[in-house]
Amino acid sequence: MRKVLSAACLGAMATFAAGVASANDELIKMSQNPKDWVQPAGDYANTRYSKLNQINAANVGKLQVAWTFSTGVLRGHEGGPLIIGNMMYVHTPFPNKVYALDLSQDNKIVWKYEPKQDPNVIPVMCCDTVNRGVAYGDGKIFLHQADTTLVALDAKTGQVAWSVKNGDPGKGATGTSSPLVVKDKVLIGISGGEFGVQCHVTAYDLKTGKQAWRAFSEGPDDQIMVDPVNTTELGKPVGKDSSIKTWQGDQWKIGGGCTWGWLSYDPSLNLVYYGSGNPSTWNPKQRPGDNKWSMTVFARNPDTGMAKWVYQMTPHDEWDYDGVNEMILSDQNVNGQDRKLLTHFDRNGLAYTMDRATGELLVAEKYDPKVNWTSGVDMNKSSPTYGRPKVLDQFSTEKGGEDKNTKGICPAALGTKDQQPAAYSPDTQLFYVPTNHVCMDYEPFKVSYTAGQPYVGATLSMYPPQGESHMGNFIAWDNKTGKIVWSLPEQFSVWSGALATAGGVVFYGTLEGYLKAVDAKTGKELYKFKTPSGIIGNVTTYENGGRQYIAVLSGVGGWAGIGLAAGLTDPTAGLGAVGGYAALSNYTALGGNLTVFALPQ
Amino acid sequence: MRKIWLIAATLVLVAPGSVAHAADDPTPVKSEDGKYLDKEGNPTFKVAPDGTVDWYTYSGYRRYHSECHVCHGPDGMGSTYAPALQDSLKTMSYADFMSVVASGRKNVNTAQESVMPAFGDNPNVACYMDDLYIYLRARAYNAVGRVRPAKREDKPEAYTEAEKSCMGAK
Repeated sequence: MRKVLSAACLGAMATFAAGVASANDELIKMSQNPKDWVQPAGDYANTRYSKLNQINAANVGKLQVAWTFSTGVLRGHEGGPLIIGNMMYVHTPFPNKVYALDLSQDNKIVWKYEPKQDPNVIPVMCCDTVNRGVAYGDGKIFLHQADTTLVALDAKTGQVAWSVKNGDPGKGATGTSSPLVVKDKVLIGISGGEFGVQCHVTAYDLKTGKQAWRAFSEGPDDQIMVDPVNTTELGKPVGKDSSIKTWQGDQWKIGGGCTWGWLSYDPSLNLVYYGSGNPSTWNPKQRPGDNKWSMTVFARNPDTGMAKWVYQMTPHDEWDYDGVNEMILSDQNVNGQDRKLLTHFDRNGLAYTMDRATGELLVAEKYDPKVNWTSGVDMNKSSPTYGRPKVLDQFSTEKGGEDKNTKGICPAALGTKDQQPAAYSPDTQLFYVPTNHVCMDYEPFKVSYTAGQPYVGATLSMYPPQGESHMGNFIAWDNKTGKIVWSLPEQFSVWSGALATAGGVVFYGTLEGYLKAVDAKTGKELYKFKTPSGIIGNVTTYENGGRQYIAVLSGVGGWAGIGLAAGLTDPTAGLGAVGGYAALSNYTALGGNLTVFALPQ
Repeated sequence: MRKIWLIAATLVLVAPGSVAHAADDPTPVKSEDGKYLDKEGNPTFKVAPDGTVDWYTYSGYRRYHSECHVCHGPDGMGSTYAPALQDSLKTMSYADFMSVVASGRKNVNTAQESVMPAFGDNPNVACYMDDLYIYLRARAYNAVGRVRPAKREDKPEAYTEAEKSCMGAK
């Protein structure tokens, strides 16, 4: 701990010595050029929106495949490529290759990076060997490898500028998420919630890779970088020892709260936003207390790491509803007032609209009507349980206790939405959200902790909601009213990141492998094409040589590839129903391809 | 925990690469404290005509869906990257099963990167190897379906004792 602290101090001194770099000014400028796609989510606000409109609702039906690229890797391909000028950067799951393609030279491979990693990291990754993509800043491409190595590659040559180890895979820490470049730092989270890792977000110096600060999700105040007085939750100071007093003994040391989702940034408020994951273990009986700050939205100052505000969505998790999903930042008018909003679609099935400057909770509503574990969030500001979800006893695995199978909980552990990022269009002021429509039985039981070994402690089985056979929906959501505007049923969970465009078209992929284009206003399907494998990647757009392109990675896998590959069963329907639900393996097989679409010339 | 690991290690030495018998017969011929054994003396499942399963099959179902299904898929059906154990157990011997679970296995080449970790030191797995084997053997013979067994025999007293000492006092 002390070592961490002194490293943080040194980092702060280095910042002053070097003066404030302007990587984010460069990135903001670049992300305003709609021809490029310079950040994993398109911009700092995580909107996944593009101003390009050559492809529009009237002509998208004529879309054709322009070119394809095989990554040479199988298994789950999450994330998507970056496009900067004539260069495209494509990443892969383990072994985490990166290809730099020159779009002006028939997509020739300019350089390729392939790290040597110990394959023993593969089984430590909870849900396939996914990676959610690279980030750009200061002429470098940043990659968080499976073995937690954060590496900076020269964007022109692929040469390693620096690399640093962000965690210990021997203890179950792995790298799957995408970094975020802010000012003179690159920020990165870490995975390992199923291995009892004490997770954190860490900032490294952009030029040298030297650690600037590290903020854990749980632990003493100095480790979690929370100020008892100045850090607030729902407007009130969090107080001293806000985290450790919500854990029994030293359990916070193996407490999870992992940070494998997406980071966003508001330059005007100078705050970064992200969520923390499930507390370890999945057996709630074994870890009494609220388990702060797992399942929490964090707003932190990227220069110092200090938290400005926090909000715990699911205190004392009983269902594995990680809070890591992306925070989407939008400026909208609410009741005649201009508000700086943060919208977040949580695994727990609730969509939150908050004031991102203050952390005030404005809306918390279910974005799948089947969500049943809670009757809703207490919105009464004078109530002692203000901001807490009311848990129904029938679906409480804590109430049920160890060795008791609690049935019919919606959503399932994979959440109403997982990491697959939603998109926001300022044109329609709607959010386009890929969702899961799956319920579960959940039986917690006692487990013992061994470093580097799974620390799960629950048995679960998943199935579609009773009486239904589709396992996903693609929805349009109004964050001001907390209501679904339209909803498209999908046979399987929608595990692909959405893209909204000024052409009035929204794109997403499906687990069978379809790239789909729908009307942003009505949801009407305008185009679909079946790519070589199931899509869990995020749709991207860019312009090159005067043409607008749509790009997406195919390569079925991830958590979706585990549960759905064999098809789900309905345990309530008895043996007769086995095979009644479709098996994904009947529709698609492993792959690793980038498919790029354009209108015919 | 340590005891179990040693047993597994011994099996590796005694029966390296042993092949399952083509004429494998899972019929239980005797029972020791609620654990059923086939005529070779290997652990096996017992499913009564009314669907009641032995304790080990039920316990194996639970442990499988905690520790194994995150790679091998629900009900031993496999995932996009890990083999379906309901098929593997059709040809894999008890000794091989114990050895792979305890020591792990690697198959890394240009076409695939399959790595099974060693669970010999993980009491959540090591203390329940027979449970897992018996459940998956029942799946391989289609003696239990893809759902949670509805009815089961009681937890044997000797089992409770053994579980306690294996898992430690935690």
